[in-house]
Amino acid sequence: MTARLLRVAEVTPLSSLITRFRFECPDGGTLPLFSGGAHVVVEMPDDGVLRRNAYSLISDPMDGSGYEIAVRRDDAGRGGSRFMHSRVAVGDTMRIGAPVNLFSLDLRARKQLLIAGGIGITPFLAQLRQLMRLQLPFELHYAARSREDAAGLKLLPDLPQVHFHISDETRQVDLDAILSCQPLGTHVYTCGPAGMIRAVETVATRLGWPKGALHSEAFLAPPPGAAFQAKLARSGKTITVGPHQSLLEALEAADVDPPWLCRGGACGQCETAVLSCKGQIHHHDHWLSDAEKASQTRIMPCVSRFQGDELILDR
Amino acid sequence: MTIRFNDETFRDDYTFRNSPEAVRRFPFPFDQDSYMYSVNIEPHRRGQAGSVFQHRFDVDEHYIAEMRDREITLKDDPLRCQSLPHMELAGWDFLELVMTCKAEDYPDLFSLTRDGDRWHWINRPLGIEQKFTFLDATTLPCGPMEYITRQTQGDHALLDQRDGNLWLDAGMITSQADWSLDFDIGMNFFEWHAPVPKAAEMGVFQRALKFLLNLQQGAPVRRLNWTMTVNPRLDTSPENYHKWGPEKRTLTPETVGEKQFLRVELQTLWRLPRSNAIVFPIRCYLCSLEDIVTVPKWGRRLHRVLRDLPEELATYKGFSVNRPMIVDYLSKFDDGAPTSPGIFPDN
Repeated sequence: MTARLLRVAEVTPLSSLITRFRFECPDGGTLPLFSGGAHVVVEMPDDGVLRRNAYSLISDPMDGSGYEIAVRRDDAGRGGSRFMHSRVAVGDTMRIGAPVNLFSLDLRARKQLLIAGGIGITPFLAQLRQLMRLQLPFELHYAARSREDAAGLKLLPDLPQVHFHISDETRQVDLDAILSCQPLGTHVYTCGPAGMIRAVETVATRLGWPKGALHSEAFLAPPPGAAFQAKLARSGKTITVGPHQSLLEALEAADVDPPWLCRGGACGQCETAVLSCKGQIHHHDHWLSDAEKASQTRIMPCVSRFQGDELILDR
Repeated sequence: MTIRFNDETFRDDYTFRNSPEAVRRFPFPFDQDSYMYSVNIEPHRRGQAGSVFQHRFDVDEHYIAEMRDREITLKDDPLRCQSLPHMELAGWDFLELVMTCKAEDYPDLFSLTRDGDRWHWINRPLGIEQKFTFLDATTLPCGPMEYITRQTQGDHALLDQRDGNLWLDAGMITSQADWSLDFDIGMNFFEWHAPVPKAAEMGVFQRALKFLLNLQQGAPVRRLNWTMTVNPRLDTSPENYHKWGPEKRTLTPETVGEKQFLRVELQTLWRLPRSNAIVFPIRCYLCSLEDIVTVPKWGRRLHRVLRDLPEELATYKGFSVNRPMIVDYLSKFDDGAPTSPGIFPDN
């Protein structure tokens, strides 16, 4: 993976839970531009464990002077967000991967309709800049539980096509109202909790939206689970995957390095053949087809886990 | 190194010629004595000085003549250059890529000065000087993709990425090996590759697509492809088949060495920053059999490859009618000696 060493230039708390980090080239150079919706993978050397988390870029895609991300602190999570909040300070250097976009705008759309839930606002912050620069029509809806949770409020432009929905101010999102009055050729993008993505899909389908006009990005962190073992046929190793570790991380800790880009079950790079499976694979990815998942012959080590007697991988 | 540009034609009187240096740097596509499809993709790294891999966008002695030939083709058939409306941003990305690469790699030939969005471009070989505003198409004489591809050797396709596939949504295609942009525009990766025999059942396209969807910025890749063309003609399009198809029947054992060309495409693939599209330059190099056999290794190897090629590949590449004559000609340059690995000539 192509990663570069960048300097932490700013650490800005946006709310009690969410902090913005800005990275710049240590030599003042320019970073590659990107497209709205792109993410970078941030490497965190956390007491002997190398964590790699993907974060959407929230800064202006046409501005190469720095990259910005927003991280929501999740104390029940695996530790990446805790590391960012408690251990990272201005002046530190961190390894940041090249931007990769798995959630890009379909520029054929007559209008772009963006629906964000909570921290799911992040990819849209960059897309908004891109849309405004290209002067393309858009509408954004941003739903959050409370103002405290709505860190994006401060980062969004004051425009009539930007709408806020704060639950505890009883301003719920009315998806029916939003989705039923859009011009033909509109594309809708949803980023937020799985329930919100499902709700948009359900309403849009009922209203007759074409499938190709629906886009979504679930922010998928590797789910924790019971520890399990895997045998690696090619490298002749047996590894144990800890409860808060992903199979991919356990492979890397054993110096087996599958290719990866998103580490979130979407890009397909780390797909691995399963040579023997006596038990049940818990698939959590968006990459394999239902038939492939049922066959238990492939696994996405970045997010999926195993329970049973024997798992042999072609690694 | 200054390049001496040839005054030559790729049609009618066919005065195209390779200098001895151009023959030596010809990208001979076979690294062994036989050929079958593979996803033969490698990083597009800088190659050795003088080779076609030295610079990101190779400029050679045929540059001016090729651009003149493109102009003639476009005048007769403007649909060789098309860009669906959503591809303009990708066109700007590609214009930036070419201008920055050429200005860095050939400072004596090209220069680019940027002051924010106000750009100043000088192309000395073609005598072009242009001041324009980046991302404002009204400041160029034509769209950004057309503008830069009228100044860049090779065909260029711009591929949009969406729905887990690549879509051929823009291109400048005037030197193609018998495929049509006007027919293929808007097609996805599997659709535009449908005519290729054997490869689909080998799973080549599934693997290649998965690889390309994850192509990263700053990490371009390349592969070589090849076919055979009678006469040094760039425009071997289906639209003009009536002009060049019959020429296949004009070969004789006396003229085959001079009139039969090995046509090699240096194909590169680049992820573009702002649009997330991929640009696919297809750069065509032509070399006559009589020039190829001046490199003994190439003469031996080309004979073996073409002699043993499966018939459906010879048919797909359009030279099965002339294969016996070509193989017979090349056999005189194959003494049966072993050949060294790799594509480059032995020194």
